[in-house]
Amino acid sequence: MTGSEEFELESADLVRAYVITKGRGLPDDQQLSLITLLTAAPEQGQRTLHLSPEEQRLLDICSAGYLSVAEIAGHTKLPLGVVRIVLAGLTEGGHLVTRPPVPRARQADKEILLEVLHGLQAKFG
Amino acid sequence: MVSRPSSADAPGLDAQQYVQGGATQTAVKILVVGHFAVGKTTFIGSISEIEPLSTEETMTRVAAAVDDLKGVRGKTTTTVAMDFGRLTLSERVVLYLFGTPGQLRFVQMWEDMARGALGALILVDPERLADSFAVIDLIEQYGLDYAIAVNHFDGNPLRAEAALREALDLLDDTPVVTCDARDEKSSAAALTTLVRYLLDRAS
Repeated sequence: MTGSEEFELESADLVRAYVITKGRGLPDDQQLSLITLLTAAPEQGQRTLHLSPEEQRLLDICSAGYLSVAEIAGHTKLPLGVVRIVLAGLTEGGHLVTRPPVPRARQADKEILLEVLHGLQAKFG
Repeated sequence: MVSRPSSADAPGLDAQQYVQGGATQTAVKILVVGHFAVGKTTFIGSISEIEPLSTEETMTRVAAAVDDLKGVRGKTTTTVAMDFGRLTLSERVVLYLFGTPGQLRFVQMWEDMARGALGALILVDPERLADSFAVIDLIEQYGLDYAIAVNHFDGNPLRAEAALREALDLLDDTPVVTCDARDEKSSAAALTTLVRYLLDRAS
């Protein structure tokens, strides 16, 4: 243990995944996909007092706007599976609101694809 | 012993990191796949509005990772990374681009990425065509429509498209486009080709 960087890496190992997730299992895949958008619910009030440090940290990151599940994992550098479990718990507890992606359907696909195409053309010419 | 994240571990994010108009946005995704070092991260970085992020999964299931970590500290676990970027295309649609190496052993990650994806752009190195077979197989296995983007960055003359189609055993209507993954407009043009093809398929 020579430098502070090495010490930090060592500490991170000590946070066991099952502690962070409070032993919960993976949420339903449909419930929190990689691109489900989340933000903090308004008026958290006193309810956040019992949250773990990791729950509080994820809630903090979500407090200033919408992010996808993948982005939250990317910013916090926590494993994706752990992030999904913690976010699912926060959602069940009413701390987060979600915008799931639309389910695949032919007509919806076509409208969305057109929107994507026009968006790419507008943005990149 | 649990290390408490300090405030330095969770810096506040810049406003531009958040999805603009998130409350009305529909998130969609397109996969950018290809073999190791073909230019996936470069492609995503050239076109993403955010600095590309990566996320890691330890083994294929968290449950397995949890069991593994009990008591056995320092044991090496397989870590898989996927890179991704974001493009806000309108007030209604925000597009995520996900890239990961095409290896079947990371099944959980592939299922996560492929589920609900609009389609896939397969980046191909013309000098290493055989390396792309496994990725193309995987994308077909997940039933995703795809276009081929030949990442042409070194100025070598391109193989004739017909030869490339034959080598990769492509269907006649599968689009093949040349791109320079370092160039924003070139990457966007490759994506546009894919989306046009997906629209044709959806009609």
